Formats: sequence, structure tokens, C-alpha cells
Amino acid sequence: MDGESDDDSIFDNENVDSGNVSSDGDDFAMEIESNISKERQSEPEDYPFEVLTTDQIVQHMIDSIREVTAVVEIPGTIARILLNHFKWDKEKLMERYYDDDQDSFFREAHVINPFNKPINITKPKLKISGTEECEICFQFFQPNLMTGLKCGHKFCISCWGEYLTTKIMEEGLGQSIACAAHGCDILVDDVTVMNLVPDARVKLKYQHLITNSFVECNRLLRWCPSADCTYAIKVMHVESRPVVCKCGHIFCFECGENWHDPVQCRLLKKWMKKCADDSETSTWIAANTKECPKCNVTIEKDGGCNHMICKNQNCKHDFCWVCLGSWQPHGSSWYNCNRYDEDEARAARDAQEKMRFSLARYLHYYNRYMNHMQSLRFENKLYAAIKAKMEEMQQHNMSWIEVQFLKKAVDILCQCRQTLMYTYVFAYYLRKNNQSLIFEDNQRDLETATEKLSEYLERDITSENLADIKQKVQDKYRYCEKRRNVLLVHVHEGYEKDCWDYTE
Amino acid sequence: MTSTRRLQKELADLRSSDLKSFKDIQVDEANLLVWNGLIIPENPPYNKGAFRIEINFPAEYPFKPPKICFKTKIYHPNIDEKGQVCLPIISAENWKPATKTDQVIQALIALVNDPEPEHPLRADLAEEFQKDRKKFFKTAEDFTRKHSEKRPNE
Repeated sequence: MDGESDDDSIFDNENVDSGNVSSDGDDFAMEIESNISKERQSEPEDYPFEVLTTDQIVQHMIDSIREVTAVVEIPGTIARILLNHFKWDKEKLMERYYDDDQDSFFREAHVINPFNKPINITKPKLKISGTEECEICFQFFQPNLMTGLKCGHKFCISCWGEYLTTKIMEEGLGQSIACAAHGCDILVDDVTVMNLVPDARVKLKYQHLITNSFVECNRLLRWCPSADCTYAIKVMHVESRPVVCKCGHIFCFECGENWHDPVQCRLLKKWMKKCADDSETSTWIAANTKECPKCNVTIEKDGGCNHMICKNQNCKHDFCWVCLGSWQPHGSSWYNCNRYDEDEARAARDAQEKMRFSLARYLHYYNRYMNHMQSLRFENKLYAAIKAKMEEMQQHNMSWIEVQFLKKAVDILCQCRQTLMYTYVFAYYLRKNNQSLIFEDNQRDLETATEKLSEYLERDITSENLADIKQKVQDKYRYCEKRRNVLLVHVHEGYEKDCWDYTE
Repeated sequence: MTSTRRLQKELADLRSSDLKSFKDIQVDEANLLVWNGLIIPENPPYNKGAFRIEINFPAEYPFKPPKICFKTKIYHPNIDEKGQVCLPIISAENWKPATKTDQVIQALIALVNDPEPEHPLRADLAEEFQKDRKKFFKTAEDFTRKHSEKRPNE
């Protein structure tokens, strides 16, 4: 359909078995090759998700369009524009379609009502012997070389191609390219784009943009954030839960970061921004950019007035650069933002003094957080070392099953380090109370045990001392596992009972 | 090239239509991408002078918008000290290849005649414009008298 490449390869078996509910149990998954720490869910409840290939995403998009066209009898190309307008929420589209006045429904989505008779032929400038003038290049063409959308504005094929190419390649626009006529906001559908763009490279970019906007608009889809990975994850409902991509990357569906239990997305995001603000480039970012208050995209102001319009095509939020408030109330009272406010200035000075104290506190947590992150990187080396050790042992009359405990120990070590790392983020924002003291005890306990386990594993393990060390390692990792669970359960209980106070 | 042909025609049309608020259009025939002209506002405090602007067309014109710059100093909330102007019709997002230079100039003249303090480039002037219209007008008139060019005979 509309040049979207292959039809049947989408159903290629290998890609389809992705009903990949992250599994508990199965403790001896033997892929030491993949040196990514394998996280197992501590919660028993299921969080079903699917991993989709790019082809499957396209198929999913086509299916969504078909579901709409099956109910509402409109062309697929229009259905796609409408779906994009409603952020791919089919129910909302249907609801509005039946509730609203049809003309305004279509107008709002910037398409011409397909049920209207095509009366819209606007004054084609008939001049020299039946030719029409293209209002872009001012040349005359036979009518069959002129084309346009249902809005009736016609231009020559080569100007269309040039216009669409500029929009796609230079502005990165996909779904939101409007008719080339002055003041016309009717959107160009995908079939028209594919027909009028001459260059295959541009077509490909366009398809990428369309797929990308589909995934980004769709709340239930998220690209795997790991580098060069082209899979996307599809869920039934949005929640802060770990999902595992086919590439092996485990991340939080809600925020896209590495799975960060026990800290919540909101605080993690704050934390990471804070950490990043320390580096050189981020000083520049902090000084010269702000985030769109609606979609959080980073924005650099490169001149012009304070009225900002977010360039993120799916956002387009209007806001004031100075106060980050919505632009709406600024219409007449914009100058509130330029007022020097004495109270505010004093508050700023006080804040600076406080900063000095809080810096010391921040560094305490930051150092511990970074320490675990560093160690976690080293543990990947440990995986390789342990693997070699296990192979060597099997040469010395040791059975395969007898040496598996080592891999399991490294798995648990990594999980514990990752959890510990995020406990410091959680702790940084935590205000002291009875529960926070218990949390800190749990944290200390897990940390001590984890460091012990790490020490055991880095020690020389030989076949002579194996029986002895095996017992020790197993005891320790079981203990670590247990303590990690206790800590997480305690934090989650705290979330449920609402007993965590934050310092922010 | 699309741009040459189109610019030639636009220039001819513009010259023959003889606008009363945009005159003295000067273009080096060897370089059609740079136009000069005089904006002649009708509304006070700018109606005592003329303001020279430069229109720069990119090589990709009309697929990319032209840029406009004031060569004459003007005391206006939407035009800054460097002569830059914030005109929505020629912003990259709003630009349409079928938009004519004539329409752009009309939009510019409308902006000069009726400042839009809601989208200021110079916030201080916009505040003055809204809160102390008298003072604003006086300064703007002084500015016009001091810096602007003579209005061609009407």
C-alpha cells in the first residue's frame, strides 16, 4: 500500500512470535554472550508487551487505518491524516466523527470533506490556448501537467516535487505538509506525496518520518532507546514498568530510561537533568535552552520575540520564553514577564546560599550513584572472566551444571548494583521520616552484601577451593537477592501507603 | 532556474502595479536576489518619512522564504535595532511557495502601520506603546524626523 514496500515479508515467522511476555522463572537462560545484565521482574503481575519490527509497525499503522475505513467510509489516505490528527486514537476519532458537524470535523483536521461534491475548482488561470499558469514558477502548462489536492489549488508537477522535497529534507516534515497555496492549510496526503516526489531517497525519508510520527504520537508505542535499535515496544496500557527489547535492552516503558526501580520516572528525570547540568556542554544548554513546558523537547531561542511555538510537529505549544507560561494570557499582559520583581530577586539570592549547602549533600548521593554505575560497567568484564573460568573448570572434571552458579551470581550482582544505583536517586529526594530510616537500613544492608559478593567473585576461584567458595557464593547471592526484594517491596509499599515525603 | 523567471515577473508586476506605499524599487539586474525599496507608511508616527528596506531572496526561492531587513532606523516594537523584523508570513513554518512578494510587502506595510505589541521584538518599546502611547508617539516621530528618508513626491 502506498509504496510502503513489501507485503508478505511482514508476516515472516521470525518476527511474529513476539508475544514476548517477560518471563519469571527460567533462571538458567544460557546466553553469556549477551553481556547485558538480565533483569527479572520482581513483581509477580504481568505487564504484557510486544516487540515490533519496522515492518510490523507499518503493518500496525495500516491495520489501524483499515479499522477506521471499515467503519467510516472514507479513503485510507484521509483516514491516515485524521488518525494523525487524533494522535492515532481510533475511539476518539470515531466519537468525534459521529458527534460533530462533519464539515468542521474535517476542517479541523485540515482536510476537505470527502463527501462534498468536488465543486472547488478555483479559477484556473486559462490563458494561451487552454494552458494553465503555475503560480509558483509562472510558467504555462497543459492541464494534465497541473495537479493539486481537493482544495482546488493546482501547481505544476515539478514545483510540487520541489516543494515537497524541501519540506521533507530540510524541515523534516511528514504528516504536516500543507498545500503550497498562500493561506491554504489543507494537508497533503501520503499517496500524493509518494506520487509527486521524484527522488527515491526523499521518498524513503518521508516514509521514515511517517513511521516515526506514528510511533511518537501513539501513546502505546515507544522506540527502543538503545543506539541503532529499530524495534519499537507496544503495550496495552502505559505504565512505569520494565520492558525487554529483542536487542536485549531493558527499559522503563513510561520514560524510556534504563529500568530504574525503586525510583520513579519523575524524580529520575529531575536527577539526570541535575547530573547533566554539571558537565561543560550542559552548562551551555542550561544557559541557552529551555524545555518546552508541554512536551519537554529542548529548545534554543535563536532570536525573535518571546512568543515561542514548539517546533515539535506533534506539540506546537505556544508559550512565553521568559516565564514558560502558556502564551494565551500574554496577549495583553506580556510585560509581566519583563518586570524586575524585588521579592523574586531576594528569593534568588537566598536560594544561592542554600545551594552551597545542598551541593555537598548532592555530591554525597552523586558519588555513590556514579560508583555503582562505574562498577556495573566493570561487571561486564567480569562476565567474560567468569565465562572463561567456567569453561576451564569444565575441563577439570567439573560438570556444566556444577559451575552455573557463577553466572547466576554475576547476574544477581548486576541487578543489585543497578537497584542500588537508583536507590541513591530515590534517597536524594527523600525527606527524613521513620520509613526513610528503614529504607536506609535496607539500602546499607544490600550494599554491604553486594560488595561482599563482588569481592568473592573477583577473588581467585580455583578447582581446589571450589566446594568451599561455591557454598559461600551461593549463600551470599541468595542473601543479596532476598535483601534486594525486601528493599523494593518496602519502597513499593511506601508508594501505596503514601508514606514517602520528598524534599523538592 | 525557477527563481530567476519568477523574480523577473514579480518585479515587473510590482513595478507596473505602482503601489503607493512601496516605491523606488531598485534591483541590480545582474543579481535579482536582492531588492531595495522604500516603505511609505500612512499611519502616524511614521507617516512623515520613508523607510528603506532590503529584500533578500535565497537561491532556493520560491521554495524558501525571502528575508526582509530595514536599512533605515525605525522606532517600532516589531523591528529591532539591527533592522530585523518578525513577520509571520515569511517564517519558515508559514511560508508557501505560492505567496507573492507583493503579499509579503503588504503584510509588512500593515505591520509598520499598526504595530503588534503582542509579538514584540523590542519588549521595551512594546511596553511603552501600550502604557504611554503619547510618549511612544513622540519618540517615534522624533526618530522618524531624524533618521528616515524623504517621501517621494506623491
